[in-house]
Amino acid sequence: MAVVFDRTQGLAEKQFHYCPGCTHGIIHRLVGEVLEELGVLGDAIGVAPVGCSVLAYDYFNCDMHEAAHGRAPAVATGIKRVLPEGVVFTYQGDGDLASIGTAEIIHAAHRGEKITTIFVNNAIYGMTGGQMAPTTLIGQKATTAPYGRDAVDTGMPLRMSEMLATIDGAVFVERTTVHNVAGIRKTKKAIKKAFEVQLAGLGFGIVEILSTCPTNWGITPVESLKWLEENMIPYYPLGNFRTPEEGK
Amino acid sequence: MATEKIIMAGFGGQGVMSMGQLLTYAGMIENKQVSWLPSYGPEMRGGTANCAVIVSDSPVGSPIITGDATAAIVMNLPSLIKFEENLKPEGKLVINSSLIEKKAERKDINAYYVPANEIANELGNSKVANMVMLGAYLELTKIVPIETVIDALKKVFGPSKQDLVPLNKEALERGANCVK
Amino acid sequence: MDKVLMKGNEAIGAAAIKAGCKHFFGYPITPQNELPEFMSRELPKIDGVFVQAESEVAAINMIYGAAGTGARVMTSSSSPGIALKQEGISYLAGAELPCVIVNISRGGPGLGGIQPSQADYYQSTRGGGNGDYRHLVYAPATLQEAVDLTIEAFDIADYYRNPVIVLGDGMIGQMMEPVEFKEPKKRDLPDKDWTTTGTKRNRKPNIINSLALDPAELEKHNIKLDKKYKTIEEKEVRHEMYKMDNAEVVLVAYGTTSRIVKNAIDALEEEGISVGLIRPITLWPFPYKAFAEIPNTCKALLSVEMSMGQMIDDVKIANEGKLPVHFYGRSGGMIPTPEAIMEKVKEIWGGAK
Repeated sequence: MAVVFDRTQGLAEKQFHYCPGCTHGIIHRLVGEVLEELGVLGDAIGVAPVGCSVLAYDYFNCDMHEAAHGRAPAVATGIKRVLPEGVVFTYQGDGDLASIGTAEIIHAAHRGEKITTIFVNNAIYGMTGGQMAPTTLIGQKATTAPYGRDAVDTGMPLRMSEMLATIDGAVFVERTTVHNVAGIRKTKKAIKKAFEVQLAGLGFGIVEILSTCPTNWGITPVESLKWLEENMIPYYPLGNFRTPEEGK
Repeated sequence: MATEKIIMAGFGGQGVMSMGQLLTYAGMIENKQVSWLPSYGPEMRGGTANCAVIVSDSPVGSPIITGDATAAIVMNLPSLIKFEENLKPEGKLVINSSLIEKKAERKDINAYYVPANEIANELGNSKVANMVMLGAYLELTKIVPIETVIDALKKVFGPSKQDLVPLNKEALERGANCVK
Repeated sequence: MDKVLMKGNEAIGAAAIKAGCKHFFGYPITPQNELPEFMSRELPKIDGVFVQAESEVAAINMIYGAAGTGARVMTSSSSPGIALKQEGISYLAGAELPCVIVNISRGGPGLGGIQPSQADYYQSTRGGGNGDYRHLVYAPATLQEAVDLTIEAFDIADYYRNPVIVLGDGMIGQMMEPVEFKEPKKRDLPDKDWTTTGTKRNRKPNIINSLALDPAELEKHNIKLDKKYKTIEEKEVRHEMYKMDNAEVVLVAYGTTSRIVKNAIDALEEEGISVGLIRPITLWPFPYKAFAEIPNTCKALLSVEMSMGQMIDDVKIANEGKLPVHFYGRSGGMIPTPEAIMEKVKEIWGGAK
């Protein structure tokens, strides 16, 4: 019988710990597939963050390095500078990348580090129990914003891709979603492109992926897909912000 | 010679640090124990600069010179006022009389007045005033021969600036003649 | 003649290169700037890498990543910058990664000053980072010793898979002395089979990590680390004894302060007062056992530091309550004079008779 679906070589044979309806699992799989399809699993070194995906080092089937909260781009810089032939990526959430790790991500991009960042934005701190993130939407409730996020006190949600796209060294910046099949397909394409940019030595690449957190959003998995589409996408528009021009 | 402890001081730009490094280097060539300790920080940016040089026959203990300097080479007035008190009795105070009108106050030390800038200008390059001062100091103490300082200078200058060696040599000798 | 005249900061950089360090990650701060400047100039010549990080926090995390590949790596900073690096140092110790960290320390607390100080003794020996960890701390007193210990630090770091700190002060960083770069003695170092360099699909993935959510697993890890630290305490402790025979007062001082103390001891000897010195070369592990060799002529101990009194805690532990322990220190970048130390010794000596 023909095999129509199989586990990617890019993932270890280990069961995910993620909550029902969480899209981390999908994104892990996409990254694993891309590494396998590009034939770079043996050269890959991943840097795991602090956050829900803190255990990502157990899930990817390649060498992994667990970083301190927000520091993954600095750790990845250290690795890539010693191993320029290595394929180095960071996997970070929005608390990690957009809050405590802003300096590290901005300057990794600024130096044009030849690394790839997978940025999972679910508008909340998941692992610590649903606190407000810089990406939490206005009015959205969080355990540290029990009355809903208020722009007067906490500012407007931070759009990282738009910000990073202003930096010359960030040669590939794209925002995608995984709340539907079309989005998942586009996300995989974007991840592949981001790694290809690294392999070509062109500079820093990042894919911001809108993701769900039914547990901390306090809604069902199905409702959360709808919530993402109706609330996150209008504020965080999908699309490519920067890409190396063809033929260059 | 047991241990020479020399304070060198002046404006930033008068070549005080390089004069100290040169003497340290020459001491090393002569197989003596040496150390060079600079003042550092914001004062390096144009204010007064000073360094402490120790040249000794035995291992250098503290690289700091407090009240026991055997000599002080002062290139400007603030340096004279600041460091005269650091000399031990019978210590040598070499004063750049081109820029300092004031005389040494202490009677228990030996003061020497060297018109370093005038001599340097006569030689056609005001930058070698430090070498004139160093020449005078070397004549007074003989801790290393002038030739060794020239050797050190050649190494510090590197191949591109060897043409400056004769000028510096002359400056050292003119300084030495001032105190002969 | 093999000796060269170098500034301390540059000599430490040259020593690192001699030890095979080709990757340096740093951030500017006085009084250690000549070290990253030297590395930025020299490393490209040997196909090495210098990165000026966006902060000390980033620099130490770059070290964390680079050390994971098995490369010999170094960062340097000064007191407040070292405070920022504590996060990474704890991770490096937890994940058992080797590296060398140089602290050319200055006065504190806070932004403090830029003049020489030894007020980072607690920070260095007690660990500014979180958790049950230790790292070796070398405290050179001369530039030659700074060179020798820096070279050795890389071997020690690799041997024990642990960060090593080289602690100098502004004086060590800024002064010039002749130094010689001797061939280091060869140590048998274990293979680095734990590095993250890519599996090449012919081995299982390596994971570098300091997270252990299972408390039993974490305790096991901490016991393993502790065993390593006990070995370091046993084998790597180092100190110098100076004029200890018949000493009536024994001084304890390290780094540049010990040089000033030696001047004071020599001058006191000329006055007929016998004073000795115990100079810790490793601050952690502290040479506690050296205190057993204090002669019974000794009436009192005096800890001399460029701080308000930090090492004195270890002196008291080593003393085990046997002798009175006195303190003399200057702080904030002020440097003790031999005369002031002599006066303090005479005060103690007079009272101890």
